[in-house]
Amino acid sequence: MKQTLFDKVWDSHVVESINKGPDVLFIDRHMVHEVTSPVAFLGLKNRKLSVMYPERTFATADHNTPTINQHLPVVDPLSRNQLKALEENANEHGITYWGLGHEKNGIVHVVGPEYGITQPGATIVCGDSHTSTHGAFGAIAFGIGTSEVEMVLATQCIMQSKPKKMRITVNGSLNKGVTPKDVALFIISKLTTSGATGYFVEYAGEVFEELSMEGRMTVCNLSIEMGARGGMIAPDDKTFEYIKGREFTPKGADWDKSMAYWKTLHTDNMATFDKEFIFNASEIDPMITFGTNPGMGMSITKPIPAASEIQGSKTTYEKSLEYMGYKEGDQMVGKQIDYVFIGSCTNGRIEDFRAFASIVRGHKRAKNVTAWLVPGSHKVLNSIKEEGLLDIFENAEFKLREPGCSACLAMNDDKVPSGKYAVSTSNRNFEGRQGPGSRTLLASPLVAAAAAITGEITDPRTLI
Amino acid sequence: MPYDSFNILTSTAIPLPIENVDTDQIIPARFLKATERKGFGENLFRDWRFNQDDSPKTDFILNNSAYKGKILVGGHNFGSGSSREHAAWAIYDYGFRSVVSSFFADIFRNNCLNVGVLPVQVSVEFLSQIFESIEQDPNTTLTVDLFNQKITLGAAEASEFFEINSYKKENLLNGYDDIDYLSNIKTDIQKFASTTPL
Repeated sequence: MKQTLFDKVWDSHVVESINKGPDVLFIDRHMVHEVTSPVAFLGLKNRKLSVMYPERTFATADHNTPTINQHLPVVDPLSRNQLKALEENANEHGITYWGLGHEKNGIVHVVGPEYGITQPGATIVCGDSHTSTHGAFGAIAFGIGTSEVEMVLATQCIMQSKPKKMRITVNGSLNKGVTPKDVALFIISKLTTSGATGYFVEYAGEVFEELSMEGRMTVCNLSIEMGARGGMIAPDDKTFEYIKGREFTPKGADWDKSMAYWKTLHTDNMATFDKEFIFNASEIDPMITFGTNPGMGMSITKPIPAASEIQGSKTTYEKSLEYMGYKEGDQMVGKQIDYVFIGSCTNGRIEDFRAFASIVRGHKRAKNVTAWLVPGSHKVLNSIKEEGLLDIFENAEFKLREPGCSACLAMNDDKVPSGKYAVSTSNRNFEGRQGPGSRTLLASPLVAAAAAITGEITDPRTLI
Repeated sequence: MPYDSFNILTSTAIPLPIENVDTDQIIPARFLKATERKGFGENLFRDWRFNQDDSPKTDFILNNSAYKGKILVGGHNFGSGSSREHAAWAIYDYGFRSVVSSFFADIFRNNCLNVGVLPVQVSVEFLSQIFESIEQDPNTTLTVDLFNQKITLGAAEASEFFEINSYKKENLLNGYDDIDYLSNIKTDIQKFASTTPL
């Protein structure tokens, strides 16, 4: 039978199928962080259970961590307590733990691939919806709730109905100034924030084949923003090259054996999907969002659509524009902004900082802009220094912070004040996401950089 | 964590006719710092419910005493965004036992089922009818009958069948959870794991 990439990986991990119920899916690798795991560990304790396969679970601290003075005790007692709980739980159960200040610490979806925890054909879960990131390597990776975290700790399995399959193909080559983030925001704007709910997506076509692994991670990361459980891309030489020699990837004869399997991980010709979308790269411009969900994005050159042009509830749409302080028909270019955030599991990798540097080089930060540059991990931070990007940032009057999720969800002190506008390379523009009352404009690192030096929304192509 | 089993629930309902209600609205990230599952109901819909000085926003439905009940009725695509189970905990802790919408985000739906909140997906038309009926009379009741997979509006003026997989239905009817099931097939899992390299 002809199978899709998704079928091959899913079916090979089914321990058993329950009649008219979910599959029992075996999980190869489980990642945990401080926010969604403590109640799961507490559940284990109450049930008097231990972690079944501690060597398959990896812990890092990222969501509530400060991005300055990480060598000092965390000021917020609640955050400190949560971090302490993670450390204690990891130690008690013999789980690999990369806490605050550890050289391998960083955002869970950045460090997983960096150390080879993420591999093709694996099943990977984490109590975080952006776990879909790891699909860039041809893994089935998806976010889970805390009850499911407990389930995986206790049994290395999860009960899950097999999602439907969707393929999104983007052919052609990307225009100047168009990044993987723009491709993803474009797709989400076409499908809406719920257009892929119930599906697992495979991305195919020339655009994704051409993307670097970092770019593929950005695209797969945002799969959840159109409702998909996850997104994946067939592994190829670029994938194998990326993971080879990393700490947790197989070595020697095991590598050869794995490679033989990984090379079978592609959708067979004639395999079918429940839904297909095909786009052309020439349709895609640098994108920006103007509303309060990631589906409310458009070409940076366009005016905000009228309520009469959109699908769905007009009341919800109007409420969203009111929150943003925008009107139908407004042009985005030229609007003043207050904050710029580059970082997160979406755009906190070295390639993103290179893109940011390419625009800000030789310019100065606009006086009205507060900018937070937050690397996704210590490894990214070190590369920024080694590649000389830090000098470019400092010459342009930007400061680099320490790794973490930071202003993407503002659990730490990196909060955008009420009413202020932030151009953010993160993944969600929900009301209050970056701090109570904050207004988020999602965009690529290039658009963020252009706004950071001009102080207003700017088409980055005018600066390239 | 154990939860009350679910069978039949008849209650008035609280309408929230907004689409794409994301889990950041249900519970903002700054309230996710607990290490125990306690007190999340206080911060349910925090920023829609309270001003920044913690005074209640009088125009928000949860602050309108005319509306109460154990059923929350939300607009299309309810529970999108973050996987935080805290959203389902906050809904449960506030006192809701069922959420009705025309469409749910996947992870939120699973989280609800795992903590004893029944997500009931109805047609777009039926959802409109529910909103209209409650708007006309806040004392309108809904009956959610899990065993028969049927939701009824008012005194049987309209009803609809809803889907739920039979495994999850059995769990909710009895208050079981997935770990109970998985613990009983541990040897099968061990066998499977032994053939799956790390």
